[in-house]
Amino acid sequence: MSDTEHDPSRRHALSCMLWAGSAVIWTVSGGIPRGRMLNQAEAATAAGFNFAQISDSHIGFARDPNMDTPGTLQAAIDQVRASPLRPAMILHTGDVSHLSKPSEFDTAEKINASGGLDVHYVPGEHDVLVEEGRGFIERFQKGVKQGAPGGAFYSFDQGGVHFVGLNNVGNLAAGGMGRLGEAQLVWLEKDLKGLAASQPIVVFAHIPLWTVYAEWGWGTEDAVRALTALKRFGSVTVLNGHIHQVMQKVEGHVAFHTARSTAFPQPAPGTAPSAGPMKVEPGRLRAMLGTASVSMVPTGTTLAIIDTPLGA
Amino acid sequence: MRMRPVTRRGAAGLLVSLFAPAAFAVEEKTAMVSIDNFTFKPARLTVDKGTRVNFVNHDDIPHLVVGSTSPPLFKSEVLDTHDSFARVFDKSGSYPYFCSLHPHMQGVIVVK
Repeated sequence: MSDTEHDPSRRHALSCMLWAGSAVIWTVSGGIPRGRMLNQAEAATAAGFNFAQISDSHIGFARDPNMDTPGTLQAAIDQVRASPLRPAMILHTGDVSHLSKPSEFDTAEKINASGGLDVHYVPGEHDVLVEEGRGFIERFQKGVKQGAPGGAFYSFDQGGVHFVGLNNVGNLAAGGMGRLGEAQLVWLEKDLKGLAASQPIVVFAHIPLWTVYAEWGWGTEDAVRALTALKRFGSVTVLNGHIHQVMQKVEGHVAFHTARSTAFPQPAPGTAPSAGPMKVEPGRLRAMLGTASVSMVPTGTTLAIIDTPLGA
Repeated sequence: MRMRPVTRRGAAGLLVSLFAPAAFAVEEKTAMVSIDNFTFKPARLTVDKGTRVNFVNHDDIPHLVVGSTSPPLFKSEVLDTHDSFARVFDKSGSYPYFCSLHPHMQGVIVVK
């Protein structure tokens, strides 16, 4: 590796496109995101390594506002497949199913496979309701080299990015939030140890790794230690689901994003009595669901933050 | 004479129908915890020993009822909308519990 590649100040850019009808692209340089509307021409010229994120498909949920969660998951997969960014693979950030039923896993697996892309999964709390998630792990993390047996956390490298899939939904404790646990934290520190500080990192996990809203348990109680281990890297992107809405935040070189659900929206923190599904007018539902696409392209400049609405 | 066995059987049946349900009702009191808007209501429920407590999920999202101790003293299956879980609390004491899907949801059953 050249000196330049070792230099953490060398900026890699991660461009994330989040769409809901009209698309938005997030360009992240050294952990600083810039949002802008994406049109076909821009997408067609976007170079680099692209991948998609889908989340919270909740197959098995069939109530107001979405009686057809397989249909909306299929729409999301079709959207990824049709993307001009030609994503190389898909990350699914958990809650594949609603009740951890084999039939729900079957349906999700078939729909996700229809995209013709590799899908890398981490579990949501709805996926591990039975036998500590064994059904989910055996089906969706087949062939994965687990960080610990049955732990549902692992890492892999693709397109110049080091991906770390974490499990923060196991053994949740009363009054707490998401939790990684000691074994996983020790593994994470070891996993990151040999990497150059210039190595772009993407961490994906179900529950946000920063505290979005403690009153609803929207955060991970022992994430600080994980983020400390990630601090020395020049470009870290953390992709989460769980809260069924887009949120983003930047801390140093770490950019946090949460994805929309493909099943149903949830209210913004504190705007409703609880985090239950938001009821929406039938015609509005798909505008509140979606997928995200992330691109990594080299860039030499630091970008300023520009806040842009995420949809019409 | 032919009628007597029938009468006896009838008398025996009458005894069962009069006394068994009454004894059953005396032994078992019931109480309810309702799950609404990601909240156990009432969050603190005080009952007599031997009370059967029913937890009913009225949310359109599933919940669980799990004892807060480790390992938990009791744990329900996942409760989808309108599903319920019942447990008889036989001994005096305080039984905190939570939803392991949404751990901020907590409650306690106090048994006198």
